[in-house]
Parts: sequence; structure tokens; C-alpha cells
Amino acid sequence: MTGVRMFFLALALAVGAPAAEPIKIGHYGSLTGKDASFGIVSRKGIMLAIEELNAAGGLLGRPVEYRVEDIQSRAGESATAVKKLLSRDKVVAVLGGNPSSNSLEAAPLCQNARIPMMAISSTNPKVTTIGDYIFRVCFIDPFQGAVLAKFARESLHARRLALLTPVTPYGVGLSTELRKKFTALGGEIVAEQKYAEGDKDFKAQLTAMRTFQPDVIAVPGYYTEAALICRQARELGLASTVIGGDGWEAPQLVEIGGKAVEETYYSTGFSADNSAPHVRDFVRRFRARWDNETPDSTAALGYDAMMLCADAMRRAGTTDGPAVRAALAATTDFPGVTGRITIDRERNATKSAVMMRVKDGRTEFVETIDP
Amino acid sequence: MSEFLQQLLNGLSLGAIYALIALGYTMVYGVLRFINFAHSDVFMVGAFIGYYLGRLVPENTVWGGLVVLLVAMLGCAVLGMLIEKLAYRPLRGAATLNVLITAIGVSLLLEYSGQVFFGATPRTFPAVFPSVNFTFGSLVISSNQVVVIAVAAFLMVALEFIVHRTKIGTAMRAVSLNPKAAQLVGINNDVVISFTFGLGSALAAAGGILYALNYPSIDPLMGVMPGLKAFVAAVLGGIGNIPGAALGGLLLGTVETFVNGSQWSTYKDAIAFAILIIILLFRPAGLLGKSTVEKV
Repeated sequence: MTGVRMFFLALALAVGAPAAEPIKIGHYGSLTGKDASFGIVSRKGIMLAIEELNAAGGLLGRPVEYRVEDIQSRAGESATAVKKLLSRDKVVAVLGGNPSSNSLEAAPLCQNARIPMMAISSTNPKVTTIGDYIFRVCFIDPFQGAVLAKFARESLHARRLALLTPVTPYGVGLSTELRKKFTALGGEIVAEQKYAEGDKDFKAQLTAMRTFQPDVIAVPGYYTEAALICRQARELGLASTVIGGDGWEAPQLVEIGGKAVEETYYSTGFSADNSAPHVRDFVRRFRARWDNETPDSTAALGYDAMMLCADAMRRAGTTDGPAVRAALAATTDFPGVTGRITIDRERNATKSAVMMRVKDGRTEFVETIDP
Repeated sequence: MSEFLQQLLNGLSLGAIYALIALGYTMVYGVLRFINFAHSDVFMVGAFIGYYLGRLVPENTVWGGLVVLLVAMLGCAVLGMLIEKLAYRPLRGAATLNVLITAIGVSLLLEYSGQVFFGATPRTFPAVFPSVNFTFGSLVISSNQVVVIAVAAFLMVALEFIVHRTKIGTAMRAVSLNPKAAQLVGINNDVVISFTFGLGSALAAAGGILYALNYPSIDPLMGVMPGLKAFVAAVLGGIGNIPGAALGGLLLGTVETFVNGSQWSTYKDAIAFAILIIILLFRPAGLLGKSTVEKV
């Protein structure tokens, strides 16, 4: 329904300014299937951005038109969708995808067509190595490791840290950087244990850690394991503060963890509770547009992805692929809702992360951390 | 030293759960000479019965916990008998391989029906038993661990009693020894086999509840790994042998915990299974199993 409305809105704008050819922006993501939650909220973020751009008179004096393709959470569908966007719709920039596997599929096509692609929440470092037209608006896995190290060392004043790492690319990526940075900041890694994804029993690893009396235990895994680890740590009488990355961000963390996850911390890209005025304003606008839904980090990243591209086109003064690419690569200190974004030489976004705390069964914003 | 004792305790409480599941495998094998692969999914159903029931009884009470445990055991006993009647009884007398394939089919049926009815997302198991920690120096025992070890020990003793001291137990052993001869002396094999499935499934349900109490995130595929480990434990102890299954479970849980707490935690399953292979190389019938000549 809203898609249809958007279409008419874009049409009306196009008719209103007959001379101005609309700027077509493509978006691919899962609007159905198991990954749909990511695609749907990204779409809401992007649409809000486009509506705001058009309400402010468009981009380069031209209206912005939104073209979306549903990849149905299926492997192989990203490539098809992006091919359609590039050849049929002739979009000037592609936004997406969410899982890294989707972005890895779509990136070579954008690279060959010399159309900039802005990955929304693909954190695997490989994505942007596909070519110089591929960017991302989220941070990458190792970056969060550095954020966690800094937070543990400087905000929690931890000296002794223990690592409990899942054997996954995500976990190992975070863990490696965390260890490096924490040691560089003068801390000591007193124990390192590993677990496999899907494990339920962590008492053995935690018992081994207990001997070393760590101040902080870092668990760079996902929420189910993290919650079970917190429970078992408390059962074993370990009082150490437990911290983790954005894999913790899910309502199940508190549901499974209960009292045991109280006073634990995790990093993520965006918090709707952030008290910075531009974030509060964004949350208010998002809620007003989407039936009082509170934006999560993926929605905010979708919004920022669109706004970053718009900013680059404004600076380039054209929608021409190579010029926009150059402008995007030169982005410094762009004030996004997910932090101040600078695009680095590997075309990854460097920005701040936020730390969240679990308190009384809810998550609350603690502080913003710059790496 | 305290770390060693703590790990031993962790290992025993994990092993007790493996042992409970292993008992079900071993009993069915003892009577019918086939592996009931659906057993690990009955374990899952037990946990889910506990999940739905646990929200009806007050949390953190001993009687609430016991009600959940007993009803889940009863429910799964009925389920086990039903599976036996519908899936295995029609195949009585058919080649073992046919029954084995059917067992795999039933297992998959339960797993994926579970995904349809319960949903694939993990659920949080309610805290049905009160939870406290007991501290002895640096040794910490949670009440859940105590409950696991106590319930497992009680059920194993009860099982030994049923099998060796009751009429139905004697009948079970008779069917196990020679089904034809058992029938000749007036034993109703169907009743005995049905009872065996019911008993085994009740133990699986108890295992499921105890597992969910300790690791309160349950999903329809939760039975797969513990089921596999318990099967290994049953073989390790000597399949068909009840004390063997208990010993195998405790051994496997303890080894797994010690490996997990060391630097080689990533290899925990590899090491546990390597030990299994080595033991079976030297004792092909398992630790407590008696090797018998295959009847032709």
C-alpha cells in the first residue's frame, strides 16, 4: 500500500517539475522470509530519508525516486534483483544488503556497472574489498572489538579481562581486535576460552576462568549463548562484569538471562535512547511516519545509507557514477543518526558506537564511544 | 584442587542428564534390539510440555516443579507408547533395518512437527524449581545441579528396582532374553514392549526437564546433540545394560567438561568421541556389556 503511495508521490513530484528527471535510487533486501525483519526496517529508514529529501525540494533540484526489489531471503536472488535495478530501472545508486552474503552477491554487479553500492548492515570485512564502488554505512566486526576494549579499559576501569569467544568469523574477528586493543591500553588478558555456536553448557570454561578472577568477561557472541553464559557465571559465583557486541541485541537476552544479565553491557551502532538532539529528532520523525514504531539500528542505518548518498551527490553536483563514488570516498565527519561518519580508505564507515546496559530488565543507553 | 572438584561436579551434573537419556536407548535396545532414534525427540517434547505447564504452576516452588516433572513424564510415556503402537508394532518381525529407518522417520516427524506447533525460535524455559546456590569454600553447587543429580540417581535406582524386583521387570528381562520363549510361558509381549517404551520415554521427559532447567533455552531441535551424546554413552557403557548406560553418561559428561575447561575446548566432541573409539577397540561390547555370539 505504502509502496503504491510512494509511487504516486514520486509521480506527482515528477509531474510537478516536468523538466527535472527523477533521481532513481535502488534498494534490495528481504521483505519476506526469515531475514525479512532486516529488510523491512531498512526500507522504512530509506523511505523516510527519501520523503524528507523530496519535502525539502529534492536533490540537485530533482525529485528522488525509490525502487525496491524483494530478494525473499533467498540465496542468488540479490544478484537478480540488482541486475534488474541496474539495467531496467537505471538507478544511480544501490542501497543494501543486510546479511553480508547478500552484499557479496550484489557487489560485483554494481562494481562492473560503475554504480556506487552502499551496504547497510553487512559487517564482514570482505564486502568492500570487492571493488572501489562498494561502500558500507555500518561498522565492521573488528571495529567493535576495539570499542569494547576501550569501554572495558577506560569506562569500567578493568585491568584483568577474560575472553570467551565463539568459534565463528564474527566472534573471532571481534575477539582478536579486542585482545590487541585491550593490551595496548595497558590491560591484561588473563584467560581465553572458546565455545561452539549452539553450545549450552559453559560451566567448564567459566570454572577455568574463575581461578584468574577477571574484572570483565567479554563474550563476543550471540544473545542465546550470552544469556546462558551470564546465568552460569552467576551460578558459579563469578561477579565479573560481562560485556559483548551487537550480537547481544535481542529481547531474548533478558528473557533467557533474567536477573543474571543485569548490569551487563553491549555495543551497538544506534540507540533510540541516545540523548543527542539529532538522534532524538530522528526517532520522533520515524515514529510519526511509521505508526509509532521505534527505529532500531538497522532502520537508522538505512536512513543514513540514503542520506550519505544524497550528501555525496550534492557535493559531486551530479549523479554520475564515478563522480558520486569519488565524493562518497571523500566523506568526512558526516553527521548521521548512527554517529559521525567518515569513509576510510577501505570504504568502511568509521564512526562512534554506543554502549548499552541491561537494567531492570530493559536496555538503556550508557555512552557513545569513539574508537 | 578446588577447580578440579568444581569441574568434576559440573561434569557429573551434565553426565547425569546424558545418563537419563541413555537409559531410554539402552532399555529399548535391550528388549527390541534396535535403536529408537525418536528417543531424543521425546526428550524435546518433554521439555516443551514442561514449558507450557511451567507457566500454569507458580514459579520457584518445589511442588510446582515436581508437578511439571511428573506430568511431562506421564505425557511422554503416553507419547512413547503411541509411537511404539503406530510406528514400530506394525513392523514387528520385519528386518531390523526397516525399523531403524522408521525410527529415523519418526524422529524427523517429531522435530519438524515441533517446528510447526512450537515454532522454530528458541523459547525461554520458566524457572519451575526454586534456585539457590550452596557454597563450600570455593566450591559452588547450584540447586539445579543438586536436583539433576538427585532426580537422576533416584530414577536410576527406581529403574533397577522395577527391572529386577517386579513382575513386569522380570517379564521385560524375559522378552529381552528370548521373545518367543517368553510368549510360550504366557508373557504378553505387546504389553511388555509398550511398558518399556513408556518407561524409557518417561525418563527422556525427565531428562528434558532437567536439561531445560539448567540450560533454559529450548527449541524443537534441542534433542539432537544430547540425544547423540546419550546414544554414545549407551554404547560406551554397553548397550542393553542399564548400569552401563548410567556409567557411560557420567563418564562422557565428565570428560566433555574437563576438555571444555582446558585449552582444547574446540575439540571437545572430537576428544570425547576419540575416547569412545579407543574404549570400543579394546572392549567392543562397551564397558559393562557382555559380548554375545550373534544368533543366526
